[in-house]
This record gives sequence, C-alpha cells and structure tokens, in this order.
Amino acid sequence: MKISKFAAVAALTLVGVVGSALVHADVPLVKVDGSSTVYPITEAVAEDFQKSKKNGVRVTVGISGTGGGFKKFCRGETDVSDASRPITKKEMEDCKAAGVEYMEFPIAYDALTVVIHPKNDWAKNMTVAELKAIWEPAAQGKITSWKQVNPAWPDRPIKLYGPGADSGTFEYFTEAINGKAKATRGDFTASEDDNVLVQGVSRDVGGLGYFGFSYYVENKDKLAAVAVIAAPGKPAVAPSLQAVIDGTYQPLARPIFVYVNAKSAEKPEVKEFVEYYMKSGEKLVKEVKIVPLPAKAYTYNLEQFAKRAKGTKFGGENKVGITIEQLMKLEAK
Amino acid sequence: MNQQELQNLRSMIVAHKRWDYLFGVLGILALMLGLMTFVALFSDMAVNGLARINVEFLTSFPSRRAANAGILSAWVGSVLVMVVTAFAAVPLGVAAGVYLEEYAPKNWVTDIIEINVSNLAGVPSIIYGLLALGLFVYTFGLGQSILTAGLTLALLILPVVIVATREAIRGIPQIIREGAYACGATTWQVVSDHIVPYASAGILTGVIIGMARAIGETAPIITVGALTFIAFLPTAPFTGEPPAGLFDWLFAPFTVMPIQMFNWTSRPEAAFLNNAAAAGFILVLMTLTMNGLAIWLRYRLRKNIKW
Repeated sequence: MKISKFAAVAALTLVGVVGSALVHADVPLVKVDGSSTVYPITEAVAEDFQKSKKNGVRVTVGISGTGGGFKKFCRGETDVSDASRPITKKEMEDCKAAGVEYMEFPIAYDALTVVIHPKNDWAKNMTVAELKAIWEPAAQGKITSWKQVNPAWPDRPIKLYGPGADSGTFEYFTEAINGKAKATRGDFTASEDDNVLVQGVSRDVGGLGYFGFSYYVENKDKLAAVAVIAAPGKPAVAPSLQAVIDGTYQPLARPIFVYVNAKSAEKPEVKEFVEYYMKSGEKLVKEVKIVPLPAKAYTYNLEQFAKRAKGTKFGGENKVGITIEQLMKLEAK
Repeated sequence: MNQQELQNLRSMIVAHKRWDYLFGVLGILALMLGLMTFVALFSDMAVNGLARINVEFLTSFPSRRAANAGILSAWVGSVLVMVVTAFAAVPLGVAAGVYLEEYAPKNWVTDIIEINVSNLAGVPSIIYGLLALGLFVYTFGLGQSILTAGLTLALLILPVVIVATREAIRGIPQIIREGAYACGATTWQVVSDHIVPYASAGILTGVIIGMARAIGETAPIITVGALTFIAFLPTAPFTGEPPAGLFDWLFAPFTVMPIQMFNWTSRPEAAFLNNAAAAGFILVLMTLTMNGLAIWLRYRLRKNIKW
C-alpha cells in the first residue's frame, strides 16, 4: 500500500519534470562567466544592477577562468564573458564556427605587482632585465641567490612564488618579462590561490612573488612592492593607481575585458546590464581595489556599444604594455 | 602443576595483559589524533567565524562587501540539491540492493555487478562530475541546474546506498523469509512486507551517511557548472504555475556551500576569510545534524521491530 503511494508520487514527479523541461518560466537572466581577475568587478556590478532592477532581472556570475569562460561563450552558453586577456585566434575561430559575434570592452587595468618581504632593503627597485634573469627558463636551478642577479645584492637564497600555469596573470607576466607567454623556470612555489603566495613571501625575507595589485593593497603591512624600471635610463615606478592610469607603470599593467555576445545584446536585460556596467564601472572598479580606466574610456565603451561595434582590436594576440589611449585608437579587426 | 609452572603462567598472563593495555593506549592515541584534528579545525573555524554568524548571515545573498555578505543562496542551493539527490538515490539504490540480495541468480554476471558496485564507491568524485557533464548537461540537455547537480551526487552516493541496503538485508534472519514463503508469499510480498521494513533502519543510516558525504562535495558540482555569484533564489518548490511551474526550481542555476566557501577563501580581504570560516562552521553543523538524524532514526526504527 505504502509502496504504491510512493510509486504514484514518483510517477507524478517525473511527469512534472518532463513537463517543466518543455515550458520554462520566463525570468530575464543574464549569464556571465570567465576570469577570476575580472570576477570582483562583475560581481559588484551584478549586485548593484539587480538591486536597481528590484530583482526583476537575474544575473549569474561564474569563475571558469578566461579560457573556460570563452569556451562557454563561443558555444553561446553565456551572454557576457570576463577575460583577463584579449581573445585568442583559436577562440576567435571557435566563436566564428558557432556563429557567435561579440563586442570587446576594456573595463579596468590589472597591475601585476612584484612583491618582496618588507625587510628586503636591496631589491626595492628592479629592472625588467633583473626580473628576467630571475624568472627565465634558463634560470632554473642556477639562479638561487640574490647575489647572482646583481653583485650589489647580498648572498641570500632567493625563494620564488607565482601563480599557476592556468592563470592569465601567469601568462601575461611571462610574456611581459620573459618575452614569451608561459615560458618560465619551473622551480618556484606555484599556487592558484593568491593568498598562499602572500603568505609565502610575507614569511621569507628572501622571497619574491607576483600577483594582482589588489592582493598587494590588502596586504601592504606584510609585503613591499617592487618599483619596476622598464628599460635602462627609465625611472623606477612603483605600482599605484596613478602610475597605471598615466601609463608609466610598464610593462606589467594590462587591460582586462568583458566580451558581450552581440546577439544577446539585443535582449533588453543584457543591453541594460552592459550599459549599467559602463556607467557605474569606474566607481565599482575602484571600490573592489582594481585600477579603473579613465572616465572617458567608459564613455567610449558606451558609444561603441550603442554602435554595436563588433570584433576584437587585438587580432588574437596579446599586446604588452598597451595604454588605454592607444587601445581606443586601435581599429577592430 | 608445580609452583614453577604456575609462576611462568602468571608472568605470561601479565605480559599478555601488558600488550593488551599497550594496544589500548595506542588505539586511544590513534582515536585522539583524528578527534583532536577535528576539534582543532572546528574550534579554529568557530573562533574566526562565530562573530559572523547571525540571522543576517543566513538570510543575505553574497556581496562584494564582506560585512553584508551572506550564505542564503548557498544553503538553499545545498538543501535543494540534497533533496534531488535523496529522491534519485534512495529508490534506485534500495531497488538495486534488494534485487541483488533477493532476486538476482547467483552466477558470474551477478558477481561482476557486485564487484563493480564496490569499486564504484572508490571512484574519485571528479570522474562523476565529468560523466555528468557529458551525460546530463549536454546529452540530456538538463543544463547547469539543481536537477543535474542532484543527479550527479545521487550517482556518487548510489554505491554507498546499495552496499548499506545489502548489509541491512543480510542482517535479517533467514527464518523470516522461510516463514513467509512457507505461507505462500511471493518474492515481492516478502520484500515489501518484511525485508524492506525490517531493513529500513540500516538503509536510512546508509542513505544519510552518503548524503553527509555528498553535501561537502565540490569537485563534481563545479564540473557540472555551479556558479559563484547568485543573488536570487530559485522559484520556491511547488509554488509556480501548475503543472509545469511546480518544477521550475529543478532547472534553476544554483550555488552550494563548499563553492561559496572556496570563493571567499581566495579573496584578498581578510574579512572574507571570516565569512568562509562561518560558512564552514554552518556546513559542519549541517553534516552533524544529518549524522545525528541517522542515529536517532536508527534507534527509533530498531525499537519498532518486533520479530
């Protein structure tokens, strides 16, 4: 008796499930996925946007990484993709094959910050060449002391900390410093969790690491940032909002992006979300401790969005050390 | 037996007792090691997180401001996923267990199935996630939904439920079956009137232990596409427009407790780490409650069985 009642409930459930699979409820939904570097910004925008809409629109934000985000984006599964680097050639082809057209908007700067222990008083300024000597693949197993990099520095063991190979931060740093994306020495402590890197460097006077600017800002009491000398004769520039915006913090500042599916942009909820993103972008980017673009860049984005300017300005390649001025002048390819 | 032999015997007994005692101490030490680790972790979480636990924490959505952030979408997501898991895993697991014990012929096919069921219990959970991504998300088109996640975790705990069901059924004395069959009962009657009711205590325990494992799983849930930021709840179950609207919640995007915690631990602001500790504390409480429920139910059901 009991069993047959249970069977009836189960059968009813099944009918309901199949039924509702055919008829979905219509709550406007904006789907965002992608880079963990861009995530805090999109999260803040999504939070405020939903509040301003009195929860009439739903926004979901995932963290699949830039590459994982583009995979979903180019299958048409998401409306907006967070990216900490421009779209690659391969991803452009994938999108094209699936008939997904997109618009590209730079929304902030990520300033990669090289950090040392606060008690480290010798390496407060470092040249790109010195950084390369430490991080290049040829240094593996050979460069083990600070003295080997610069004879003026003490003979202390050098301990390296950096993000794992899946992150856009790693990709950009290796390209900017070592000249080739993903080319690095392998004998360093790698972690996808930037807090682990913070812990590592803060407990080791001979430590050196790199990660996004916001992790440095939150841990200023435990870490010191290295001022980078871009080329011989150039001044040493410490990472700061101003230095990034005026383009003097080179070559470790990079723009980060959102990509919008052109077809989704026809939907009112996605259109409003993107417009909200550009209008409140500057304020919210600052609030989550990431470096905002100059205000005119967001206005420019809005104009481009109104024109529905499709495509990427990078042609599938990363450009090291590009300023926002240069970026705005580039033509989409 | 002379005095000498008696003496030898006594010293031998003392020596053996000493070993007995030593082993006891060793056992307690081993137990303490596990227990103390748990207590240390748990109290560390409590110290960091207790200040954050209040009604707002449980009724707020995640936020960029650590002080306003809560776990509403996460715990609701976890509970709904568990409901789907239970509805899928219990009928399937119990049916499979009953079949293997009461119906299946004893031959090599059954042996292979049995070995595989035991092996399945040891498969890493990420494998289930990959299977579910291909099968549920893409082939069946169920999307990255509560339904997909629930079914994935159901697959994960199915071996546990099957094994628990079989153990519970084996504990029922053979004379009960023989008595029923002697009175002319069919196999189905024996199973539905005797076997399943008598085994239900053991089955329930297995189910809840499986569920307690499933609620902490992260890897397969991330694989099938749980999201990180969700500031809305799925349509409340059975409130939508009938008949189809009743099941809208099954297809809603979702997040779960472990994912929310993981997200918070990787934030630069220290305040989010306290949020993660608070969420962890509540997750452990949820697990402990489930285990407590298992013990209580087993006690209740055992008391009602009169053979």
